[in-house]
Amino acid sequence: MSEPVLELEVLRYRPETDQDPVFQTYTVPYNSDWVVLDALTHIKDNIDRTLSFRWSCHMAVCGSCGVMINGEPKLSCHTFLRDYYPGKVRVEPLTNFPIERDLVTVADDFMEKLASVKPYVITEEDRPVSAGEHLQSPADLNSFKQYTMCINCMLCYAACPQMGLTPDFVGPAALALAHRYNLDTRDAGREERQEIAASNEGVWDCTFVGACSQVCPKAVDPAAAIQQTKIASTVDWYKALLPWGK
Amino acid sequence: MAKSNKPIVWSLFAGGGMIAAFVLPAMIFITGLAVPMGLLLENALAYDRMLALVGNPIGKLVLFGVIFLSLWHAAHRLRMTLHDLGIRSGRVAMLACYGVAGLASIAAAVVLLSI
Repeated sequence: MSEPVLELEVLRYRPETDQDPVFQTYTVPYNSDWVVLDALTHIKDNIDRTLSFRWSCHMAVCGSCGVMINGEPKLSCHTFLRDYYPGKVRVEPLTNFPIERDLVTVADDFMEKLASVKPYVITEEDRPVSAGEHLQSPADLNSFKQYTMCINCMLCYAACPQMGLTPDFVGPAALALAHRYNLDTRDAGREERQEIAASNEGVWDCTFVGACSQVCPKAVDPAAAIQQTKIASTVDWYKALLPWGK
Repeated sequence: MAKSNKPIVWSLFAGGGMIAAFVLPAMIFITGLAVPMGLLLENALAYDRMLALVGNPIGKLVLFGVIFLSLWHAAHRLRMTLHDLGIRSGRVAMLACYGVAGLASIAAAVVLLSI
């Protein structure tokens, strides 16, 4: 009996020769323990050394290997071939990002948006190490812990229809991280982050489709973070109308 | 980036969402199911009772709030859905959605005030 095989259709784009991206079909051995990343690595090692794709940890921690698999944004290290076999697997670079080469996308815009929301603890005063730990209760931690699980894999940006329609939208992961630091009891940077988060391009471009939360491989709920930020920003807006509001 | 003024539109949308989710089903249940099925008093929706409800200023205000916010919610949701579907002719969609909600709200106000 011949060994089982699986067909992989991979979108190729080699800027020096290709006018437009084209699909290339590869036949790889089928192994029920393999994930899509294993198949891509097999192609790179044994069939076609020119295929480019990003990956690092192979264990859904680094967030490098996000691709579209049969039209859905997924981590290729977290998606088993057995869920598709004997059907074909179609692998494309993440939607809503420019293609740099093959499955590699240009993430510059995302990185800028991420930095713009200042995703780090901002304290009112510099805290010397000698001041000791900044204590937090388990309840304090629980209020934002899920948002710390984000690995910046950008699957939510590929899933979000607003990203395609409104490229200036700050987007789910960055807004969820802004919310994560706003909720942190050690942090005092909310006002600085609101400059971006409460702008039209911030939470207000979101129409609450919720696809971001559905595709997140780390069970973060960016859609909830954005809705909570909308509520808080609305309260701010009305407060500012009051004579004693700032 | 400037802070957005969308909270005005969105707070009415959010308020309408609460009403559409919690108050409207209760009203549909009372008027469409409970009374016809005899779960409530037979004359619960009798003309004189309803007239008294609508005649009371607080009754008018509550009914107008329910109608206006629900319509606004529907208008905003529809506009956002059109946007998601790629229909981005902003002004036409905006006028159609908010216009219908606005006219229907004005009609409701006129009717309520005339009682």
